[in-house]
Amino acid sequence: MSWFRRRAEEPPPPEEEAPPEPEPEAAIEPEPEPSLEAGVERSRSGFVARLQGLFRGGIDEATWEAVEETLIAGDVGATLALAVVERARRRRDPGGAEAAVQAELAALLLPRPEGEWTPRRPDQTQPAVVLVVGVNGTGKTTTIAKLAARERARGQRVLLAAADTFRAAASEQLEVWAKRIGVPLVTHQAGADPAAVVFDALDAAVARATDLVIVDTAGRLHTKHNLMDELAKIRRTIDKRLPGADPEVLFVLDATTGQNGLAQARAFHEASPLTGIVLSKLDSTAKGGIVFAVEQGLGVPVLFIGVGERLGDLLPFDPRAFVAALFGPAGGA
Amino acid sequence: MFDALSDRLRDALAKLTGHGRVSEADVDTAMREVRLALLEADVNFKVVKDFVARVRERAVGAEVLENLNAGQQVVKIVNEELTAMLSVGDRTFRLIGQPAVVALVGLQGSGKTTSAAKLARHLVKQGRRPLLVAADPYRPAAVDQLMALGRSLDIPVHGAPQGTPVPVIAAEGIAQARKTGRDVVIIDTAGRLTIDETLMAEIRTLAKTVAPCETLLVVDAMVGQEAVTVAEAFRDAVPLTGLIMTKIDGDARGGAALSISAVTGLPVKFLGTGEKTDALEPFHPDRLAGRILGMGDVLTLIERAQENFDERQATQLADKLRRNSFTLEDFLDQMQQIKKMGPIGQLLDLMPGMGGLAKEAQGAVDRGEMKRVEAIIRSMTPDERRDPSLLNGSRRRRIARGSGTTTPDVNRLLKQFGEMQRLMKQLGRGGGRRNLLGLGR
Repeated sequence: MSWFRRRAEEPPPPEEEAPPEPEPEAAIEPEPEPSLEAGVERSRSGFVARLQGLFRGGIDEATWEAVEETLIAGDVGATLALAVVERARRRRDPGGAEAAVQAELAALLLPRPEGEWTPRRPDQTQPAVVLVVGVNGTGKTTTIAKLAARERARGQRVLLAAADTFRAAASEQLEVWAKRIGVPLVTHQAGADPAAVVFDALDAAVARATDLVIVDTAGRLHTKHNLMDELAKIRRTIDKRLPGADPEVLFVLDATTGQNGLAQARAFHEASPLTGIVLSKLDSTAKGGIVFAVEQGLGVPVLFIGVGERLGDLLPFDPRAFVAALFGPAGGA
Repeated sequence: MFDALSDRLRDALAKLTGHGRVSEADVDTAMREVRLALLEADVNFKVVKDFVARVRERAVGAEVLENLNAGQQVVKIVNEELTAMLSVGDRTFRLIGQPAVVALVGLQGSGKTTSAAKLARHLVKQGRRPLLVAADPYRPAAVDQLMALGRSLDIPVHGAPQGTPVPVIAAEGIAQARKTGRDVVIIDTAGRLTIDETLMAEIRTLAKTVAPCETLLVVDAMVGQEAVTVAEAFRDAVPLTGLIMTKIDGDARGGAALSISAVTGLPVKFLGTGEKTDALEPFHPDRLAGRILGMGDVLTLIERAQENFDERQATQLADKLRRNSFTLEDFLDQMQQIKKMGPIGQLLDLMPGMGGLAKEAQGAVDRGEMKRVEAIIRSMTPDERRDPSLLNGSRRRRIARGSGTTTPDVNRLLKQFGEMQRLMKQLGRGGGRRNLLGLGR
């Protein structure tokens, strides 16, 4: 991270575009600087950069700038975009601006295990538990339906818990899905304690020898302390009822979310440590670039992407395709 | 992270302590941070580019006002430009027609259904008789959701059996409104992606069929760079009249509003500020400008203290001080003012002179003392508020009972107030209102 600091202290980048093919004479000539030390540092880095430019086969300023804008437009975030482009520029063999930046972006994403994701289940005598969380309107319920359909297709016995007792008709929405998929649902009255719903659902799951319980929670803004506490309580309820179940906590992040996505993920991670991210609505024109900052900041991987409203529209996250899509046309995710 | 960003901006600006005129170097330093702040606030990068260019032009060589330094002057210009951009269009919510038809459109999960209910409630308060129309046949239980909200608000909801085309649902809703004497119809449409040709065609037909007098795009405050593309696509499909920005009660900066207003010229008409149905507020461009810049109400305070100091209020206050008639009522007013200014702690950085006072005030808020003081004053009769000397032991006991406090609490407040009155009197003689705020240099 020393990078950002250095960047912050650097003098403003020259506004005028550098010549496409930097000339060696210009490269050697140090620019006048008020402070000697800074001047040396600056001219040295400038010199190295320009020298490298010669070997790079002339990727000009405008190209780098365009790539940087592409990243910003894809919600990668200005600070991270600057850092990524800068790193790409220092690559010995960039092989083109886009390729270099794509390689740097890919390097930001966490390594993920081979093979298909399955919810962890440390104790086979107990059901696996997946807790699905996120702010309002990101697509938690739809994601749960998709996930339930996926697991059911894999032959798992799934049970859904409607722990969103706050939003009007939230449990009805989940009920419609449960019927369509053909899985049981545990629900309480509107306004009931969500932790109680979860407790009952776990009871029912144990009684029915269920393989997997998926818990739908109310959307909550990460800044509402009482609601985040409620989430922590739900988490504790799971730990209490099924000690050692070690639930998966999936955070549903709307791909259209901007820089606030990181603050969201962080707050949820604090309330109940996240084990994975579902990037929803990637079938929109948005690119979901905030996940780079989220994976970097939290060390939690994106597991799935949501690409539509049908049950089959939940796909495993493919880092290479995701990075490439940042540079693709709108909606090309 | 937002705080860190604001701090950086603040630090960068704090170095610009020059007076006289804003130099080009000042502007460069400031604009680099402003650009970053705006981008991190999710303002569209093209909008940021134009904005930075415009501010640079205005700021270079600008005269630094008395009592400000170059950094503050730049912030002032930035803030004015932001406010101007957010002030585009006509923010009036106009209901025309019998019934007046309002349609809400937007992406999935932006908060249309909740906003529809909030808007209905808002209109009821204004003496209107709204009817809600559930025109989302796609999302499971979307109709149930609106029905449940309608029931809780005692506002009728028109729904239709699955498979009814959306324009038909809307037309039926309008017919029902006419029959039942409802004067506003609020149509809640399904969330849709802008690249979904079929669904975009559907709202196009809907808008043509029912010709809403207000078609509002519902936008999530947390949305990123795509806000502009989304807004343009909806604007091209239907005649949008404005925006409702939702979920502003989170900590997103809401740069999307700026992007959309800048590119489409559409005004924000309402803000959704909570999950409950009464959480709908009119939009204030200056407040959002402060939020996007990350300096919140500090700006408002600077402006208020330095520039737009309300002369009438000033004269009144001076008058009161002269006549020693600063009463407990005024004290209550002042407290309300401070409360409205939001998190007082935020003021600390820019207003060193006020640090101690603000910290104390914030502490008082945190400890719930402000509430207690308010309760005590509100338990007094108007006469008592104007003239605390009326307060004998028995009255004090009554007030303590009425406010749920103790007599020592009441005594303490009166003592503090007495001291404050004396202080005000001194300041009144010195004419040092500015010094009170710690702004004088």
